[in-house]
Formats: sequence, C-alpha cells, structure tokens
Amino acid sequence: MPLFDQLYNFSRWLTQNREEAEDLVQETYAKALKGFSSFQLGTNFRAWMYRILRNTFLTSRTGLRGASTVPLDSEDDGPELGVENETPETILMNRSNSQLVQAAIDDLPVHYREALLLCEVEEMSYQEIAETLSIPIGTVMSRLSRARRTLRDHLGRELRSHEAVREVARGINHGL
Amino acid sequence: MVCESWKAKLDTYLDGELSEEETRTFDAHVCNCPSCSADALARVQMKRATQTAGKRFTPRAEFRRRIQQSIAPKPQRSVRLGWILAAASVVILVAGALTSTYVGTRSGRDNVFSEIADSHVATLASSSPVDVISSDRHTVKPWFQGKIPFAFDLPELQNSEFSLLGGRMTYLDQSPGAQLIYDVRKHHISVFVFQEQSLRARLDEDSLSPKQLSFNIETWSQGGLRYFVIGDASAADIDSLAKLFKTAEA
Repeated sequence: MPLFDQLYNFSRWLTQNREEAEDLVQETYAKALKGFSSFQLGTNFRAWMYRILRNTFLTSRTGLRGASTVPLDSEDDGPELGVENETPETILMNRSNSQLVQAAIDDLPVHYREALLLCEVEEMSYQEIAETLSIPIGTVMSRLSRARRTLRDHLGRELRSHEAVREVARGINHGL
Repeated sequence: MVCESWKAKLDTYLDGELSEEETRTFDAHVCNCPSCSADALARVQMKRATQTAGKRFTPRAEFRRRIQQSIAPKPQRSVRLGWILAAASVVILVAGALTSTYVGTRSGRDNVFSEIADSHVATLASSSPVDVISSDRHTVKPWFQGKIPFAFDLPELQNSEFSLLGGRMTYLDQSPGAQLIYDVRKHHISVFVFQEQSLRARLDEDSLSPKQLSFNIETWSQGGLRYFVIGDASAADIDSLAKLFKTAEA
C-alpha cells in the first residue's frame, strides 16, 4: 500500500492515540479511493494523500480541539536568536535521548507539530508542505521557525531540570 | 549579537530552500564565521534528532491486513465499479511506488554524495592523507593489488596540469575502494573508484546537485566501476581530470 507506514506514523503524531490514528488512516484510504477522480495526474500524489489525511483529522473531535488551541500565525517572527554555547542540541546529542525529543514534539501545538514532521521526517519541500497544509509558503516558514524554537526551549528546560536533579543528588551524596 | 541577518535564514539554508546563488553565498559565510557554523551544526543536530524521534510509530500487522482488505475490490460490486476501483488502486500503487522510489533514490544519492564529500575532507584534514606516496602511476596502481577486489587504470598525466600525490584505501556503503589524490594549481582533488554493484544507491551523471555541496563533483560508471571526482577546484578542472580517467579506461 502506498505511503501506509508514513501515513500511519503521521496520523499517530496528530491524534496521539492508536485507535484514532487507525481510524484516520482507514478513512484517508477510503476517501482517496472514492475521490481519486479529483486527483490530477502529474500533481504531487504524496501531498494529495497527506492533505486528505490532514483534512480528515481537522474535522475529527481531536483535530477540532487541537486546532482551536493554536495561536494565530504571524509572518513576522522577529530576529532569529543565536544558539548559545551550552545548547540543548549539543547536550542532547551526547545523550542521544530520543524519548526527550519525542516528548517535546508531542508537546508542540498541532499546527507546529505537523509542519515540523512533514519537513524533518517526510523531508517535504516548503512547497509540498504548503500544498499539504493549504497555507502560503511564508506561513510554512514561520510555523517551522516557531516549532523549532519551541522544541529547543522545551528541551533546554528539560535538560536544565535534569541537571538540577543531578546536582541535588550529588549534594546529598557529598553530605552523606 | 552578530550575524543577525544570516541567522534569520539559517534554517531555510539548512532545509535546502535558498536559491542556488544564495546558497553559495551562505556556504562561503558559514565556512568563515565560527558563530554561524557552530549555530548551523547545532541546528543540523536538532534536525537529525527530530527526524530520528519522528519515526516513532509503526502500524500493527492486523491493521495493515484490515486496510489491505478494505481497499481491495469487493466481488459483489458491479463489474464496472470493480474495474474502476481496481484501476484506481493500481494508479495509487504505481504513483506511490514512483513517489517512494524517487524519494528513496534521492535520499540514497544525497547520502552517497555527502559521504564522498566527507571522505574527501577527512582525507585532506588527516596528517597522513595518503598511504602510498608517489607521483608515479606505475607505483600507485600496483599498491592496490590484493587490497581492493578490482583493478582500474590511471591516466597518463604528461602534458596536463595535474599531478598525482598518492593513494589510499577507502570505503563507501561498507565496500572497499580506491581514493587517489591529485593536485592542480594547489587545489587537491580526490578520485574515488568503487565497484558499481556494491553501491546501494542508484546514481547517474544527471543526478548531481552541486548546489548542495560546496565542492565540484562529477561521477560516472565505466566498466562496472563507479568513479567520483571531487574537489574545490573549478568545474572545468574536475571535468578535465574526469575526461583523463574516462580515456584511460577506454
């Protein structure tokens, strides 16, 4: 089946629930078959399938709930801040802690999460993401930028709190 | 704060979404700016971590079977509807296969070029870049005997601007190959030779995307061997050396 594993993975990230993800994928294939005449040969098939899945998700209960909690997009994100010496990335890579990153992605608002996953996991171009999400390329860029910044901030906080716990433990050990 | 305008575009640059000209300018800036190159490295690490973490869920086998059954044409449907559904399934499968083959091939190809570029840079950065130091092709070629499972010809360099510095063993896709280092007007060029059949990624001459690499690179297949010529010399120099190899093998 075309794109089955990728669609399921994306669906699971959107819904954060196995049953809902399976329902969503099933409905996507049903709609794709039913509406295949609307697919124009020569256009992007992958973006078309993801668009069906994503539109189906948005009309679901979880999708409506997720979409309603997202802040308004703004094209003007202000200057990009530089990455400091002690960055979440460098610490993270040393520990290769995938679970921390997964938790941070899970925590992103759904509009940021979907843009980030289409870019990094599905390796879609900005144009493909724009087609899939039915938004302008400028919005794709601002969502990606915010998603990455939020992810970095989240990981930074997590790692700092881990460090703090370790420091306390070290203090207790010294005390004993 | 330094390099604000560069940093604002850093993600777009790393996503490969800048124009060819902008990418070249960015390459040059990142190479010379410690702050931006450190920032770029951190962001690449974050991209990789996100990619790894993002490939998290796999569907259950039972669910896969259910979907396969649900999209298969039902026998009780009218013959006409059945044919339409079957045709639609075939088109979806073909389009999906083409899409995933393209994406897979592209990503495999890009990986190969990245690996080649990495090997070239790592070799030049090494304190002993070559294992056999000689400008004589009759010394360098026999050195590879028994070290790699194939033989290749080195071109005659008389009347050309190139000089052979030496050679070393190298690996790509876990297969052994030869790396030869040439010099032209103080630029170093690597020529890599591997067995075509041992490489997983399908490559062709048109598949190069030089704008994604800071180096000029040329590749071709000849006599069951895959050649890569890479370096920071001009595209014309890379092409001249490639032509010398092509005629040496002909």
